[in-house]
Amino acid sequence: MTAPMLQAVNLSVHFGGLKAVNDVSFDVWPNEVFSLIGPNGAGKTTIFNLISALYRPTSGEVRFEGEVISRMPPHVVARHGIARTFQNIELFEHATVLQNLLVGRHCYRHTGWMQDLLFTGSVRRAELEFRRQVEEVIEFLDLQHYRDSLVVGLPYGVRKVVELARALSMRPRLLLLDEPSSGLNTEETEDMGFWIEDIKADLGITVIMVEHDMGLVSRVSDRVLALNLGEVLTLGTPEEVQAHPGVIEAYLGGVEQ
Amino acid sequence: MHFLFKTRYEQDIALFKHGGQRFWYAALAVALLAAPWLLSEYTLSQITFIGIYAIVCLGLMLLAGFTGQVSLGHAGFLAMGAYTEAYLQAHGWPFVISLPLAALVAGITGIMIGLPALRVKGLYLSIATLAFGFILEQAVVSAEGITGGNAGLQLDKLVIAGVDFDDGTNFYYLVTFIAVLCVLGVLNLLRSPTGRAFVAIRDSEVSAQSMGINLAHYKTTAFALSAALAGIAGALYAHKIRIITPDQFGFLQSIELLMMVVIGGLGSIQGAIFGPAFWFLVQQLIVTGKDWLPPELGQQTGLQPTIFGIILVAIVLFEPLGLYGRWLKFRTFLEIFPFYRKGMFKRQKSYMKSERMK
Repeated sequence: MTAPMLQAVNLSVHFGGLKAVNDVSFDVWPNEVFSLIGPNGAGKTTIFNLISALYRPTSGEVRFEGEVISRMPPHVVARHGIARTFQNIELFEHATVLQNLLVGRHCYRHTGWMQDLLFTGSVRRAELEFRRQVEEVIEFLDLQHYRDSLVVGLPYGVRKVVELARALSMRPRLLLLDEPSSGLNTEETEDMGFWIEDIKADLGITVIMVEHDMGLVSRVSDRVLALNLGEVLTLGTPEEVQAHPGVIEAYLGGVEQ
Repeated sequence: MHFLFKTRYEQDIALFKHGGQRFWYAALAVALLAAPWLLSEYTLSQITFIGIYAIVCLGLMLLAGFTGQVSLGHAGFLAMGAYTEAYLQAHGWPFVISLPLAALVAGITGIMIGLPALRVKGLYLSIATLAFGFILEQAVVSAEGITGGNAGLQLDKLVIAGVDFDDGTNFYYLVTFIAVLCVLGVLNLLRSPTGRAFVAIRDSEVSAQSMGINLAHYKTTAFALSAALAGIAGALYAHKIRIITPDQFGFLQSIELLMMVVIGGLGSIQGAIFGPAFWFLVQQLIVTGKDWLPPELGQQTGLQPTIFGIILVAIVLFEPLGLYGRWLKFRTFLEIFPFYRKGMFKRQKSYMKSERMK
């Protein structure tokens, strides 16, 4: 652990008068699971959107392996090895699961549309290679059964996994998971927990996660950052954060003195 | 009913998924080759038109059906192709060079029109392309020196390497050949990263970006390719009609093209061919059926638009996937006879945006 993988430096974003994120700084180290928690409107998803460059910070910056990424277009950030999932599932719905995952290999394409138009030998070879790599992810997340199904017809729990699979198909170095367990039942949440552990241990991918389910957070996270109203409450191990009076107050309301 | 047992990844990227498909497409090829002997000259000419329109619809399908960018100005690209071809032919350029140039000129226009697509979405984009259509029509009228203004341009006989393509049969073969090449090209695109990027942009721009897809680049590519296909069709159209005037490429033409694509079935290549085929068939039926109707009805001026309007409404209401969707159901019915159920293709009301059709 020589240098932090991702650094947020005095990050702020204001929408008009609303300070959605206000002067937030944190470091994420390689190969850790870093969770963001906080009540609704705390700015967790906004921070995700800042990291993946969908929003521009009002001030401050995000650095990925020392390089400032918060001024790059989103597709360039993705090419640096940052993949993400979305809170409300943003899959390509009228495409099959397989096609969705193959889009994850998009960054690695080296053919242009002209070669694609002719489907030259190099396109064919690349396609077969992409398929082989995607099959590894399908194996990893047990999606064999759904390979050829259209996303529109899939139940919510499966979509959640497909979205994770699509992000993993990019072979990212940093994975952003926006509420991976929302809408899942206990059993599916359990599976999600195992997968996140495996992603960290077996694939060596650093994970930043926004999550409300404290059971899952304590189980998989190395460190937790608690936010409220766009500002950092505390940062520490899951136990420390859960015991922090500010966190309890933010979730349950203040105690009248 | 048969099950496909897949043993190799190649099977998923093959153009023909199984022997049955190979057989039926071979049969179709034979039918297309034999058509001049089996059909009357008039029918063959109509099929040639279907082929030409299928090429434009293929382009529009790529743009509207696969990339989700609805264009209301496609007649403009058609015009670019047609006038480029007419101009180059008049200046002695051979067809083998002027056709790609017509595609290129239309494609470049497509890039210019695609630029607003980077900023505006949905309805606003359609309106921008609509405006483009009007501007281009006016430009064609004004540029009398090149386009002949309202009087139009006349084309010479098409002769390639000494072969006379003014002949109905030869021209039919030429159009069919080019149309098949275009279909193959689009199929290739759709099974490769470019096509997947298009579909990704259609279904979710935000996640397409986060997967590393450069929206600006792919939207522009989609517009350029779509316009280039329209340009090719325009060039063929010019040779078919032999005289081109600005009013052939007006707003109504754009709307008709879009209607063909919707009737055929957005998001399917087959739809791009079914659409114009159905269009010409119904048009023919209206022309023939007119005489059987009472004169108060049959001689009405708005008869044809009304009928097409009703068909469009019916398709949007009952079969959002268009004729291709109908065909899928019919095929499934035959394949699994007698086990077909009525609700089989009904999508369950699942989560959130699932039901949106773009």
